[in-house]
Amino acid sequence: MARMKFLCDADRCIECNACVTACKNEHEVPWGINRRRVVTINDGKPGERSVSMACMHCTDAPCAAVCPVNCFYTTADAVVLHSKDLCIGCGYCFYACPFGAPQYPKVGNFGSRGKMDKCTYCAGGPEADGSEAEFVKYGANRLAEGKLPLCAEMCSTKSLLAGDGEIIAQIYKERVAKRGYGSGAWGWQVAYRETIAT
Amino acid sequence: MTRFIARIRIVIAAAAVLMIAGMAVTVSAQQVNPTAESVNEQQLLRELNKAQGRGSIPDTKSYVLEQPRGREWREFHEVTLKWIGGIAILGMLGLLVVFLMIRGRVRIEGGRSGRTLLRFNAFERLVHWMTATCFIILALSGLNITFGKELLLPYLGPETFATWSQWAKYAHNYLSFPFTLGVVLILLMWIAWNFPSRVDVEWLKAGGGIVGREHPPARRFNAGQKMIYWIVVLGGGAVAASGYLLMFPFYATDITGMQLAQVVHGVVAVLFVAAMLGHIYIGTIGMEGAFEAMGGGTVDVNWAKQHHSLWLADQEAKGRVKGGAPPAAGHMQPAE
Repeated sequence: MARMKFLCDADRCIECNACVTACKNEHEVPWGINRRRVVTINDGKPGERSVSMACMHCTDAPCAAVCPVNCFYTTADAVVLHSKDLCIGCGYCFYACPFGAPQYPKVGNFGSRGKMDKCTYCAGGPEADGSEAEFVKYGANRLAEGKLPLCAEMCSTKSLLAGDGEIIAQIYKERVAKRGYGSGAWGWQVAYRETIAT
Repeated sequence: MTRFIARIRIVIAAAAVLMIAGMAVTVSAQQVNPTAESVNEQQLLRELNKAQGRGSIPDTKSYVLEQPRGREWREFHEVTLKWIGGIAILGMLGLLVVFLMIRGRVRIEGGRSGRTLLRFNAFERLVHWMTATCFIILALSGLNITFGKELLLPYLGPETFATWSQWAKYAHNYLSFPFTLGVVLILLMWIAWNFPSRVDVEWLKAGGGIVGREHPPARRFNAGQKMIYWIVVLGGGAVAASGYLLMFPFYATDITGMQLAQVVHGVVAVLFVAAMLGHIYIGTIGMEGAFEAMGGGTVDVNWAKQHHSLWLADQEAKGRVKGGAPPAAGHMQPAE
């Protein structure tokens, strides 16, 4: 099986936020929740870089480790998913996540959180693939249809790559070799404990 | 002549074009590297331990791109806290069992006198039991968050355990309010008797309370009880403050602050539970005649004489001892 990963080529990202919009639309993500976002570092200064970030589907995922009810599971494609039926909305996965991926709808009194929501790598949840129940809770299941995550599929500059880790790493390596520079695979060291040698 | 000049013009123009083209080729061959001065992920993480920028959505905490400190917090929550909590709570239980076996139950010397005096009035008892009830539920629901998945999940199954944990979380959040009120009332209603004094030094030197065989004099609260008081007030204050930070996420602090609040909350809470196990032990099986002080509110005079002689003398002087006149000096209780 493939080991699915995301890779954002920061030298190509133009901060168009189309990945964010595609994600919100594809999964009908509620208002106030962003499964993917674009962050610009050193905005307006020479050398600014934008990075599109969502759940990186970490190896040995910290969210899964700290969850008090063990609601996370990892698929055969190494995609980190969770069950909203089990989630109690404690918020611990957000403290552990290096990428700020978990999102919570605000429900009830005080800062009370509802069921956690995050990027599913367009792979749905524990419900039957493509079912209505799965769509309502987790959004579309493109992976089950043989499609890759929409954010990367429609990235206009092909900055955001999704797919088997080895293949996207190879694409990135060739790119860097051809153009002669690359600022590295953002988040890979933290998420996968490895970088891409270029 | 004009044709010659025109030709020269063409040659010069052609040469100029070639020169410009040549220059352009040299520039592109110089290998421009636009990342030379760009932000570098590893450098950011090394220097700041996070990567933060600007986003275009209202959620400002999403502007933190990476915070690898989350892994340290994970290590704390999954390893360190479990060790601290396990050692503190199991250690305290073990100590109490060993202590009970060695020392046994502290009896009222000379038996009960049959005369009683009021130790805690109805309001004090109400506040104590409100705080205590909340504390027990908060402790169990809190320990569930740290230890539940190892201790309960395998037996309850994922669905039942998640349902129980959801209700436990609600209970934890809502009961924090009466608990905090209780801690504030405890602080106010008993602070007058809980400042350390010279009597406490003597009491500790004599190994007072249940440790030594001696029964050094004490006022209304002895040094051990004063410690419990300050553990409740300071520990309760710390868990309440850190708890409200967690309950109102990101209102007052950022991701690092939230992690710190959880660390403080977790460590103080498990130590608090361990301390309260000791308190519950002394108040129930550890000492004869102690529970009734918080139960019905009154204690036996002989219990008071044994554990709070200075307080008893004070109460007797105020005529608050019920059930007959104080016994004459040298009066002996019948043997058991």
